[in-house]
Amino acid sequence: MNAAVLQSSPETAVQKIEVKNLNFYYGGFHALKSINLAIPERKVTAFIGPSGCGKSTLLRTFNRMYALYPNQEARGEIFLDGENILSPKQDLNRLRAKVGMVFQKPTPFPMSIYDNIAFGVRLYESMPSREMEERVEWALRKAALWEEVKDKLKQSGTSLSGGQQQRLCIARGIAVKPEVLLLDEPASALDPISTGRIEELVHELKTDYTIVIVTHNMQQAARVSDYTAYMYLGEMVEFGVTDEVFIKPKKKETEDYITGRFG
Amino acid sequence: MSLYARRLLTNRFNLLVSLFAMLFGLFWLGWILFTLFEAGFRALTPDLFLQMTPPPGSSGGLLNAIAGSLFMAAAGTLLGTPIGIMAGIYLAEFGSRGWLAPITRFINDILLSAPSIVIGLFIYEAYVVHVRHFSAWAGIMALALIVIPVVIRTTENMLRLVPDSLREAAAALGAPQWKVISFVTVRAAKAGIITGILLAVARISGETAPLLFTALNNQFWSLNMNAPMANLPVVIFQFAMSPYEDWQRLAWAGALLITLSVLALNIFARVVFRNKTPVY
Repeated sequence: MNAAVLQSSPETAVQKIEVKNLNFYYGGFHALKSINLAIPERKVTAFIGPSGCGKSTLLRTFNRMYALYPNQEARGEIFLDGENILSPKQDLNRLRAKVGMVFQKPTPFPMSIYDNIAFGVRLYESMPSREMEERVEWALRKAALWEEVKDKLKQSGTSLSGGQQQRLCIARGIAVKPEVLLLDEPASALDPISTGRIEELVHELKTDYTIVIVTHNMQQAARVSDYTAYMYLGEMVEFGVTDEVFIKPKKKETEDYITGRFG
Repeated sequence: MSLYARRLLTNRFNLLVSLFAMLFGLFWLGWILFTLFEAGFRALTPDLFLQMTPPPGSSGGLLNAIAGSLFMAAAGTLLGTPIGIMAGIYLAEFGSRGWLAPITRFINDILLSAPSIVIGLFIYEAYVVHVRHFSAWAGIMALALIVIPVVIRTTENMLRLVPDSLREAAAALGAPQWKVISFVTVRAAKAGIITGILLAVARISGETAPLLFTALNNQFWSLNMNAPMANLPVVIFQFAMSPYEDWQRLAWAGALLITLSVLALNIFARVVFRNKTPVY
């Protein structure tokens, strides 16, 4: 359990992302209904809820991942540092440089471990190879992977174990120095030991980054997050300090889900 | 009879039937290979690789035909592969919206199954008739037209096997689409795409019909692109049909050479790219 004891409520904390009246559509399906939410800076915010409740959908609006697909559409406003990222003027690549993402399944690129990290960095910065080496080492150390891979940086990223691959993906996300890190069930395909590693990592990373994590595992949400949002059928049911949501939820539905009577 | 015993019996029966079907197919293949090897190896001499195709009644080799075949297959592949790969990328990566991709895919399927003699006749009509002579260029064009649909199809299929999560991961870093495609998806599908190219090479190295109307044949050594060029399939066709025994022997040797090189190509593709495709 982390130091959420004296956590201020989400409304009074410094806000990084502010969602205002967000609706989301998959073709004709209305997946998110009038979401309002403020995500505090340099904290971990968890989205929980049963499958299909829209938590991943909400996460994917923060870097406009949905824009890859023709029939997905978001309406409303999402402010990142006060700028509406849903505006058509928003440059998607610049947005994604600021908002990194790690997916459910590890997705190492078909290249060496070194190039996996350097690929993202090269998109934004050109630097001498000496400096690039330092950046790669820095990112791998941050992701607690350096000791395991420092002697095989030239090997393929796909040769690593599942847990290592996922930490490689986190390192790759960190290496471009984003401000926000989106984690979409980052540990659901991993064994307990790797999951523990990832959770420790999330805990350490929040000193520098604003982290939003989607998880199916409520213990995980309770362990790693400062704030928790409970979603159901595309609506935001409850959002507050994690300890309060888990110990004395304000809504009956939240309590039912958390205590396992439903979902 | 119990249900379980009946299921067991049905299983045995079906296994037996499929085994028989397999043996039936294999039997003919074995026979073909046996005949080919028997007649081919007997005709295999060092002269094959040292001398030109002879006039009837004298000894000779297949050097000009081997060189012509290698040259035209290589040039046809070089010409067709880039077009095929780029069209395949278009279909797989940009083809989810609009009407152009489905139509292209449909036409490509027709081209893929078009008899190769039609392609030979097309080049004859479109090129040979206008320049008024058979030429190596015409042969190369016909072979490239056979390579293109094969490469388009395999490139598209292999790119479709790359999971969307990989594209999303690259896009999530802020990579523009051309970088996602050239550095991530094409790389992930590389082994499959190269295998497709090798299969296309194997396919064109035995094609006779498209060369018969385009490159025709040449009894002498020639590297002139605007003149007819010797090649193994047409030499085999002409020599095998001839009444001269030494020509027939050379035809067997040529058939063996093509079969062995296609076999080698297939084994090479399998060994080199075995387990190279990453599993997600």
